[in-house]
Amino acid sequence: VKLFHVFIVFSFSCLLDVSSARTHVNYEIKGDVAVIRMNDPSVNTLSVQMQREMTEVMDEVWGNSAVQSVVLISSKPGSFIAGADLNMIQACTTAEEVTLLSQEGQKMFEKIEKSPKPIVAAINGSCLGGGLEFAIACQYRIATKSKKTVLGCPEVMLGLLPGAGGTQRLPKMLGLPSAFDMVLTGRSIRPDKAKKMGLVHQLVDTLGPGLKSPEERTIEYLEEVAVEAARGLAKKQIPLTKEKGLMQKIQDHVMSYPFVRQQIYNTVQKKVMKQTKGLYPAPLKIIECVKAGLEQGPTAGYLAESQNFGKLAMTPESKALIGLYHGQVTCKKNRFGTPEKEVKALAVLGAGLMGAGIAQVSVDKGIHTILKDTTLEGLSRGEQQVYKGLNDKTKKKSITTFERDSFLSNLTGQLDYNGFNKADMVIEAVFEDLSIKHKVLKEVEAVIPPHCIFATNTSALPIKDIAAVSKRPEKVIGMHYFSPVDKMQLLEIITTDKTSKDTTASAVAVGLKQGKVIIVVGDGPGFYTTRCLAPMLAEAVRVLQEGVDPKKLDSLTTGFGFPVGAATLADEVGIDVAAHVAEDLGKAFGSRFGGGNIEFLKSMVDKGFKGRKSGKGCYIYQPGLKRRDVNTEALEILESYKLTPNAAISSDSDIQYRLVSRFVNEAVLCLQEGILANPVEGDIGAVFGLGFPPCLGGPFRFVDSFGADKLVEKMRKFEEVFGNQFTPCQLLLDHAKDPSKKFHK
Amino acid sequence: MASMLLTSLRSSPLTSVQAAQFAARSLGTSVHLQAQAKSKKTLAKPGVKNIVLVDGVRTPFLQSGTIYADLMPHDLARAALQGLLNRTGLPKDAVDYIVYGTVIQEVKTSNVAREAALGAGFSDKTPAHTVTMACISSNQAMTTAVGLIAAGQCDAVVAGGVEFMSDVPIRHSRRMRKTMLSLNKAKTLGARLSLLGSIRLAHLAPELPAVAEFSTAETMGHSADRLAAAFGVSRLEQDEFALRSHTLAKKAQDSGLLSDVISFKVPGKDIVSKDNGIRPSTMEQMAKLKPAFIKPHGTVTAANSSFLTDGASAVLIMSEEKALAMGYKPKAYLRDFVYVSQDPKDQLLLGPTYATPKVLEKSGLTLNDIDVFEFHEAFAGQIMANLKAMESDWFAQTYMGRKTKVGAPPMEKFNSWGGSLSLGHPFAATGCRLVTTVAHRLQKEGGQYGLVAACAAGGQGHAMVIEAYPQ
Repeated sequence: VKLFHVFIVFSFSCLLDVSSARTHVNYEIKGDVAVIRMNDPSVNTLSVQMQREMTEVMDEVWGNSAVQSVVLISSKPGSFIAGADLNMIQACTTAEEVTLLSQEGQKMFEKIEKSPKPIVAAINGSCLGGGLEFAIACQYRIATKSKKTVLGCPEVMLGLLPGAGGTQRLPKMLGLPSAFDMVLTGRSIRPDKAKKMGLVHQLVDTLGPGLKSPEERTIEYLEEVAVEAARGLAKKQIPLTKEKGLMQKIQDHVMSYPFVRQQIYNTVQKKVMKQTKGLYPAPLKIIECVKAGLEQGPTAGYLAESQNFGKLAMTPESKALIGLYHGQVTCKKNRFGTPEKEVKALAVLGAGLMGAGIAQVSVDKGIHTILKDTTLEGLSRGEQQVYKGLNDKTKKKSITTFERDSFLSNLTGQLDYNGFNKADMVIEAVFEDLSIKHKVLKEVEAVIPPHCIFATNTSALPIKDIAAVSKRPEKVIGMHYFSPVDKMQLLEIITTDKTSKDTTASAVAVGLKQGKVIIVVGDGPGFYTTRCLAPMLAEAVRVLQEGVDPKKLDSLTTGFGFPVGAATLADEVGIDVAAHVAEDLGKAFGSRFGGGNIEFLKSMVDKGFKGRKSGKGCYIYQPGLKRRDVNTEALEILESYKLTPNAAISSDSDIQYRLVSRFVNEAVLCLQEGILANPVEGDIGAVFGLGFPPCLGGPFRFVDSFGADKLVEKMRKFEEVFGNQFTPCQLLLDHAKDPSKKFHK
Repeated sequence: MASMLLTSLRSSPLTSVQAAQFAARSLGTSVHLQAQAKSKKTLAKPGVKNIVLVDGVRTPFLQSGTIYADLMPHDLARAALQGLLNRTGLPKDAVDYIVYGTVIQEVKTSNVAREAALGAGFSDKTPAHTVTMACISSNQAMTTAVGLIAAGQCDAVVAGGVEFMSDVPIRHSRRMRKTMLSLNKAKTLGARLSLLGSIRLAHLAPELPAVAEFSTAETMGHSADRLAAAFGVSRLEQDEFALRSHTLAKKAQDSGLLSDVISFKVPGKDIVSKDNGIRPSTMEQMAKLKPAFIKPHGTVTAANSSFLTDGASAVLIMSEEKALAMGYKPKAYLRDFVYVSQDPKDQLLLGPTYATPKVLEKSGLTLNDIDVFEFHEAFAGQIMANLKAMESDWFAQTYMGRKTKVGAPPMEKFNSWGGSLSLGHPFAATGCRLVTTVAHRLQKEGGQYGLVAACAAGGQGHAMVIEAYPQ
């Protein structure tokens, strides 16, 4: 961030110094076409430096009478422009500063849009955010079909909006529905889709080996095609506007009625409110900007865009989301270095939901994987799960059927330990029972080679207890995956004090290869994630016992920003698992983990209400039915465990804070005890593993923005009624005492 | 002969030098030819049977949908087999085995080798099987024959290939097939009616066979266009090469060099005795065509691609002993051969580049030893890309694990009687045409060694060294 402060100062002082050598943008004149190449020494972003050099170059090109048209291309193989420079925005301290940045960008792109010489954006690799806004200001766009080529406006995921004309140009280019979809979801659009939508005009295939490397030659080829197109545009051989199809004409006609547009704004607004519960300001501001542009004209539209961009940049939601983005980048790196031996052969024990999920995310990364189960039925079910997971991807066209088959060739299903002597790592995902885990560990250690790592997938059993029977505890590590493994991004890796650094490095390397975001935590009952979740669920049970309906409980939690309500979450996790964990952690941590009555959970399990997997839990699940009804039988059980709520701490807001504060306090305690290495991993683990509200950025960011003192105050109030379950931990008290103390700088 | 020599003199002075070399060698006075001496005097190996090409023929190659339109694949194959019998005067029961290639299979005659052999009047005691390996199917048929003879199992084998693109199997959709098959099993009227009722309009949409890779779903023309772009082959270069192919083919046809073509009386139609796809055009005309696969900026067009063709070919392969014993004068020795395969996506059509150095190495020859090159021309862009790849040290080192490039064949020795672009390319029949042409060119132009190379779908390739039979 400091660096960019310097840049701003630098660029102001050097604004008139045209002679300074250009490091980010250069150009070459090919006949009557100027080819402008962007080549930031690190990643192409719309940094101050890039913008300054671009402005210079554009002025030279416009002033050169020999140039009839322009091609804009990146020299970077993987990216066109990855977006605006986030640091540039974060360096600003007021909304006005950010608004100014936005207006600079708007002005620059307006000049591009009005260029008398046609400009062709030649896109290979990521064309995101500000990069996309740059491209759509150009007169013509050509993109490669590379897998790396994606177009999109991810700003909304950072709590921002496309602040350089995106909210104004996209609706005109794509029509309202497509534009809203793109800007509000932030989804990445692949080249073929982009062509269909009209976002790009022409596609170029990627090339294989030739007389140069495929990457290099593909960029060259893209440039050749773009130069030809630029010439065609200048000579008016290629029309700038495509003849509109009938559907397009009809849509345009319909959209020309103000009440139709109004209807769309309302529908979109409602949908956004339903999905965000009003907790995320960015989508609403985006709708506002689009509306301003279409209904009041471009001047009002651009003004609304720049001002709202400035406002959004200052919101805690945006800061939280940007924090998560940075955290995610950090957790996609291996801080333990490169392992001595790469894991090429993996064995997974247990073909249940978890085991098969782990196998699925391994085989499609080219890791040879043995999936072992004890019964043919179990194995068959597991292999089917892997097949289905991959086959569903072929239906979505993200992989071909050939790729599916070739991935599946990495999978070997078996009932015996054949081939384990060649395994580099074994991940066991058998039933959560210490004696079974011990039995498996001993069996496996008898057949694996000395270098092989034994990883155990458990959500609560301490790793050191499992490793107790190991002959080589330095090779034992915990790898806690989240269900469903192919969808959940988080992997929690647990090390004991005996786990070697190389074992950790290896486990992280495997997780990264599997596409996971990784936190590495210390050993202990429940590690980090389960330990945070358990007190919150205990509180949720108490709230149910106090007579709050499961639907109400769900709406209170989702209203706070959790993507899944507490009652639904319990059903997803499994009531039996919740009971099991609550009991285990209750034994380990004592009354602090109390709250709801475990007996209630046990009665549920006895009745067979184990949650979604058994068809009944807090809710009734019927295959093919999206609507869920509350399980009235569960309510009957609740009757016998009924508690009288204390009116002083039972308002909606109180219930929300009772749930959240126990979660947050436990998270901070984990950092205090050294289970967590840093607050960043704590935030990432809570958001990506447990669905902690992303708009709050994780428990630590929440303490920073909410104020530790205010949180402690609330907890003290609850403590008076419930005792030590709400006693703030020391680290939280320290932060409450000294407001300058922050978990995130 | 004189006129032929004159033609070759006009077309390329080098050829006449070779003719002189050949004459000199056949006289046994190779003293003054030290500088251009071959790396090896012969490829005969002690203890290995010499296997010879006695003769080879083919039906005229016709654009699909023309005069052959109403035939079936085995009709064409029969014509080639009968033509071979006529040409060689071979007693029908002297053949030990028949191997035939085909790519797009007619389901009624799935072992087309057997159906054609029976129809051509071969003894019903002669077994026959069909092989398939895309555009190198008849190469596979020939090398299978070589294998049978080398292993001492056979002495005389007929190999060949047929492709019939005028009619291809178009299937009902999978859903429709399923319904129809269930219908067979349905016992009651009710069951049948309910099955019939389940048919939807969409189920009636047929499935067409595509010339596309199964693994990548990319059509071959699309891949060829990308390959040309990868090697920086321009549209102009491709059109020039295509024009060359047609011009040379026309010249060869007019001067009667395509002696492997037999006449074929098509039932209900006239006798056909010439290929009908040879159309030398002008560069201007060719430049007008729009790209056929990658639009709008692609370079592969209908004019610089091989066209869909009907045709069949056949060769008689024997052990040298047997051939001589039967009183034949063989045309050539079939020597070392290789099959290669590589990435079916980005290197689909680079077979010749991979196969050429490998087969040369195997036989102990260098590119300079080869007097006659016959490469299968799938697309002009594909040939030009292969030539560039063979000329590139970087490509040889980066992708083939070789120290140096093999070098590109000199154009004056290359496909000088036309190629698949102009003569036509009935997929499974092309291999025999290439081998027979090499034998004929070695005889006519003079020379000792010839090289056949071809690419094939699936990212596979083949090359074979052929040695002239001493005259």
